[in-house]
Amino acid sequence: MGATGIAWLFAKRVLTGTVVGLAIADEFASVAGMHGHSMQPTLNPAGESLLGFLSGDFLLLDKISGHNYHFSRGDIVVFRSPLEPREWMVKRLIALQGDWVTVPGRRDIVHIPRGHCWVEGDNVNVSLDSKSFGPIPLALLKAKATHVIWPPNRMSHLESKLPEGRVLLEKV
Amino acid sequence: MSGWRVWGQHGPWRAKLREGYERTLVFLQCCCFLDVFSNHVMQVHQCLGPSMLPTFNVSGDILLMELFSAKFERIKPGDVVMAHSPINPKLMVCKRVMGLEGDHVKVIPTSGRGLYKQIVVPKGHVWLQGDNTHVSRDSRDYGPIPYALIQGRVFFRIWPPKGFGPVERHEP
Repeated sequence: MGATGIAWLFAKRVLTGTVVGLAIADEFASVAGMHGHSMQPTLNPAGESLLGFLSGDFLLLDKISGHNYHFSRGDIVVFRSPLEPREWMVKRLIALQGDWVTVPGRRDIVHIPRGHCWVEGDNVNVSLDSKSFGPIPLALLKAKATHVIWPPNRMSHLESKLPEGRVLLEKV
Repeated sequence: MSGWRVWGQHGPWRAKLREGYERTLVFLQCCCFLDVFSNHVMQVHQCLGPSMLPTFNVSGDILLMELFSAKFERIKPGDVVMAHSPINPKLMVCKRVMGLEGDHVKVIPTSGRGLYKQIVVPKGHVWLQGDNTHVSRDSRDYGPIPYALIQGRVFFRIWPPKGFGPVERHEP
């Protein structure tokens, strides 16, 4: 086999590897780095350093629950921003369609319309979330964050937890 | 020592196992390739219902949708797109884009009677409308939808044979 043959074989291997990797990342699980303060203290508790997003937490994303929109209240979810189509956001899912939510700092309670949900950051003061842009379509949600896998000293399972007394669940 | 021969290098079982393994591998690679293709390049869809008359038939035309335009934000007003419904995330709707963020859109009332309204599409959103303004459930019911809900641009019709050909863009 000549040099071109080896190069061809190598290119084929790389292509196959990429395709298989992409398929697994799309259908089953993937890893994403996050930055920002909005999920403190659960994620990125140390805040930003000069390294940018490399200093943030890396999350293991469960893509399977995204296919059927199997999310429960309290999960940490990854979704595409309703205001910036290219941006992805990580927030906690607070309420699903039909629920009533109280909003901190406001007197009224919000009803979540059909097919929508309410997302909020754990760091109430800095987070840009449903408090400013309202309920978002559930179809924007693409994955559930299940674990922190990097940095090694923060490796942990992410618990699903709901702020108490905020949500009036829809009657079943 | 016949048992040894079965697993030996030239045993017939060994060859069959190896063949089976290789075929499975090729099959899995094909699945991955198709998955990546349909998630990032192109999809085939059926558009049912009267909302896109007279462009598409009620009986369900079969359409090709490319995903690059949506991904790289090349969608223009007048394009036919498919998007996740904001009311039911599992449902895909096929509509025409009437305006992108910041555009002024003249809204025809759903009932066909009453006054025209002029609205400005908010940041990160698009205004979708069916070509059949009398029957279509679209942005006139559920308001502007986030750009990120758009899956792709419909660019070709493959069924029925009479309508075989590219799907035109109509400047609103």
